[in-house]
Amino acid sequence: MKLYFKYMSILLKAQMQYRFSFWLLSFGQLFLPLSVFAGVYFLFERFGNIKGWNFFEVALCFGVINMAFSITECFVRGFDLFSNLVVSGDFDRILLRPRSTFIQVLGSQFEFTRVGRLLQSIMVLVWAATNLSIKWTLFKVITLILMVISGIFIFTGIFILAATLCFWTIQGLEVANIFTYGGKEMAQYPLSIYKKWIARFFTFIIPFGCVNYLPLMYILDKAHQNEYLYMLTPLMGIVFIVPCLVIWEIGVKRYRSTGS
Amino acid sequence: MPQIEISGLYKTFKVARRSAGLKQAAKSLFCRKYDKVEALKDVSFTVDTGEIVGYIGPNGAGKSTTIKTMSGILVPDRGQCVIMGRIPWKERIDHVRSIGVVFGQRTQLWWDVPVIDSYELLRDIYRIPNRDYSNNLDLLISTLELQNIINTPVRQLSLGQRMRCELAASLLHNPKILFLDEPTIGLDAESKIAIRQFIKTINREKNVTVILTTHDMSDIEALANRILLIGRGRILYDGNLDDLRSRFSNQKTININFRGNGFPIDNTIVGIPGVNIVSCSQEKLILRVDGNGSALADVISRLSNIVDIVDVSIESQPIDELILKLYREYAV
Repeated sequence: MKLYFKYMSILLKAQMQYRFSFWLLSFGQLFLPLSVFAGVYFLFERFGNIKGWNFFEVALCFGVINMAFSITECFVRGFDLFSNLVVSGDFDRILLRPRSTFIQVLGSQFEFTRVGRLLQSIMVLVWAATNLSIKWTLFKVITLILMVISGIFIFTGIFILAATLCFWTIQGLEVANIFTYGGKEMAQYPLSIYKKWIARFFTFIIPFGCVNYLPLMYILDKAHQNEYLYMLTPLMGIVFIVPCLVIWEIGVKRYRSTGS
Repeated sequence: MPQIEISGLYKTFKVARRSAGLKQAAKSLFCRKYDKVEALKDVSFTVDTGEIVGYIGPNGAGKSTTIKTMSGILVPDRGQCVIMGRIPWKERIDHVRSIGVVFGQRTQLWWDVPVIDSYELLRDIYRIPNRDYSNNLDLLISTLELQNIINTPVRQLSLGQRMRCELAASLLHNPKILFLDEPTIGLDAESKIAIRQFIKTINREKNVTVILTTHDMSDIEALANRILLIGRGRILYDGNLDDLRSRFSNQKTININFRGNGFPIDNTIVGIPGVNIVSCSQEKLILRVDGNGSALADVISRLSNIVDIVDVSIESQPIDELILKLYREYAV
C-alpha cells in the first residue's frame, strides 16, 4: 500500500510538469459529463418520470455511478491503458521487479484530471440527495457510501478483465468498451427500466444491479421487506473483483509462456 | 557449483501467419494459421560467478529468448535452468531481486521526473535498506559521474547520460548478475568507453557476473573473456575470443610503407605461400597473410633487399569479419 502511494506521488509529480495542460483537462472533465447530465434533465422535463422513477431518484443513481467511475478511472487507469504496456514491452520490466504484477500495473498510471469529473458527480449527488423527500439515516448514508465503493470495485474488475484480454489480442479491444463505458451508461439509470434479460445480465454477471437498483430500493424506501438484504447488496459488487483477479493471473501466466 | 546452469532448453513460439489481401485478412479472423518458430533448440551452458560473458548472434537467433528465460519473464517448453539455486520462472520475485537488467533500447526510469526520484521509487520497490541504498547511491554517483544530472528529468538527458543512469538504476539493489542488452547502442565513442570501463569496474570490485548481448564487437573485445555464439536456437561456439581467432582465422593484414625506387616489387613476393596482395602502389603495400609468422618474415626480408622500408603495421582480422565468417560457416 505504501508503494502504491509512492507510485502515485511520482506520477503526480510527472503530471505537474505539464501544469497548464493538467488544469485545462481537469476543467474539461468537469463539463463533459455535465452535458450528459443536462440530457437526463431535459428527458425528465419532457416525460416526468420513467417507470416510476423521478428525476432526482435517477440523478442519485447517476451521481453514484459517475463518482465510482471517475474514481476508478483516476486510480485504475493503469489497467485501462494496459495495452500500451504490452505493446511497448514495458510489461517485461514489470515482471523483472520483485513485486506483484497487480500493484505495479495499478501504479503505472494515474489520471488525476478525473478530479473534475469527480467534483461534478459529487455535486449531482448532493443536489439529488437534498431534493429527495427521504429521511436520511446513518444506515442509508452507509449504504450510499457502500454503493460508491462497490461501484469502484466493479469498474476495477471490468478494467482488469479488459486488460487481461490484451494477453490474447491487442486488436479488437474496443469490445471491452461495451462493458466499461457501455456498462457505465447503462448503470446511470436504475436497471428496472430495461428489458428483463439486460437487467439480469447486469445483476448476476456484472453486478451493477448491486450498486444501483437494489440498494436504491432501500434508500428510497421502495423495498417493503428484507430491507437489510437490499442494504447489503453492494457487498456482492465487491466480491466481483475476485474472479477478475484470478483471470488476470491466468492471463499473466499465458503471457509468460508465449512471450507476446 | 556454477552460478547459472542451463541444460537442454527448448522454446517454440507460435506465430500467426498473415497473408496479403482483404479476403485473406477476413478469413484469418476466424481461422488462423500458425507457423512454429523454434527459438531455442537444446541450449546448454554454465556460467560461473564473476564471469563476463558476451552473448552474440544475429537477429532472431534466440538471444533475447534466452535472456528472458534467465530473467524469469519467459517459461521455456522444456529443459532446466537453475540460477543461484532457483528456477527463475518458478520463484520470480525472489529471483529478480538478485538480478539487474538493462535494455539499451528501453528505459526503466520514469520519463518525466528527475532521475533521483526514480531511484527512490526503485528503493521502495526493491525494499532496499536505507543504509545500503545510500552507500550504493554514493558509490554509483561518483563512479558514473552522475552528480550533475541526477536532478534532471530523464527526458532531458542525452542518450549517453541516460545509459549511465540506467546502469546505476539496475545496480542499486546489489544484484549478483547483470544482464546487459546492447548497453552501448547509439552511444558516442566517449560514452561507450566510459560504460565499458564501468562494467569492468563493478565486475572486478563487486564480483558481479555480467551477461552481455551486443552487436558491437568492440564491446565484446573490450569486455568479454568468454563468448557464447548462438544461431538458429543453438549454441554454436562457447569459448574465449583468442581461441575463436586461432580456430577460425589466422589472417593478418600487413601495411608496409616504403620508399620505392620504381622497381616493380610485386614479383619479388609473389609465390610465397599464404601471401596475397591486396593493393600495391609506389610507396604502400597492403598484404593479407595467412598462417604463422614465417611467411611474414620472408616477405619483409625479401622486400628490404630492394626498397627502404619506412613503416610496418600488422593488424589482426577485425572481429566483425570473423563473426561474419562464423555466421556464414554455420549458415545462420
